[in-house]
Amino acid sequence: MKILLNGKSIEINEKITVFTLLLKNGFEPNRVVVELNKKIVKQPLWDVTDIHSGDTIEVLSFVGGG
Amino acid sequence: MKDQLIIAGQKIKSRFFLGTGKFPSYNVMRESIISSGAHIVTVALRRVDPKLKSENIMNFVPKNRIVMTNTSGARNADEAVRIARIAREMGCGNWIKIEVIADNKYLLPDNLETIRACEALAKEDFIVMPYMSPDLMDAKRLVNAGAASIMPLGAPIGTGKGLKTKELIKILISEIDLPIIVDAGIGSPSHAAKAMEMGCDAVLVNTAVAVSENPILSAQAFSLAVQAGRLAYLSGIRGEKDIAEPSSPLTGFLR
Repeated sequence: MKILLNGKSIEINEKITVFTLLLKNGFEPNRVVVELNKKIVKQPLWDVTDIHSGDTIEVLSFVGGG
Repeated sequence: MKDQLIIAGQKIKSRFFLGTGKFPSYNVMRESIISSGAHIVTVALRRVDPKLKSENIMNFVPKNRIVMTNTSGARNADEAVRIARIAREMGCGNWIKIEVIADNKYLLPDNLETIRACEALAKEDFIVMPYMSPDLMDAKRLVNAGAASIMPLGAPIGTGKGLKTKELIKILISEIDLPIIVDAGIGSPSHAAKAMEMGCDAVLVNTAVAVSENPILSAQAFSLAVQAGRLAYLSGIRGEKDIAEPSSPLTGFLR
């Protein structure tokens, strides 16, 4: 299935949770916030929330800004 | 003499606010926050690139600071609201600087969308600090929308041109019963001092500090200028006259 992760289309071949998706793509889970189809997924729900074909996932964190 | 800046019921310990973008390193940013004594610092939210193993900026913000997330990147009210909610979810508290910009050349804020975002976020109990083009009617709309302060620009972001909107900001100071904080365009400590002498309540600086040769010293210079300008305002300096007036007595000697 295809999903959109931080604006990039990627292909996933297995059933996967938000948590596994983060780990497999090299994100550090303790520093990020996740939006799934424009809704925030709270951290305790990451390993019980499945990713589905066509989902849009944003992984965000704080940076310097004015 | 007691002179306390209060925003949304909270005592703010410094009238100098510091943005955290463009610093050569997070360590220099941290030392600049310390040297300036800034109590409110701003941060932004961005997509994470896992290839860049960058450090967590929050580990470099000294303790007991208010970290205010800006909504930079938002092009309309809905995007600003979305960013604010994410920031709060990340444990960054409820201080939010609304920045809605759809003009990429001059980075001027969209007041209309800013008002919409302010209304929505105030209802969700955010402490809303809107960055805006200094227009009196729009500032009044922001007050009605629940803003905690008004943050007019002095000049476009990052230009360092100073208080190009001075006369319009003076009108806001006179007519708006909320803290007025000049945000954007301040390029040197003298600009910051001038804003404070006029009666602004605080000043936010980022680029001018961060891109200077020594940001740690620069942050301190801006902070001292803000303090000097505030004292000058409170002291009631008289301003300019066209005709000279001797400061020493002219009578009783040599004539």
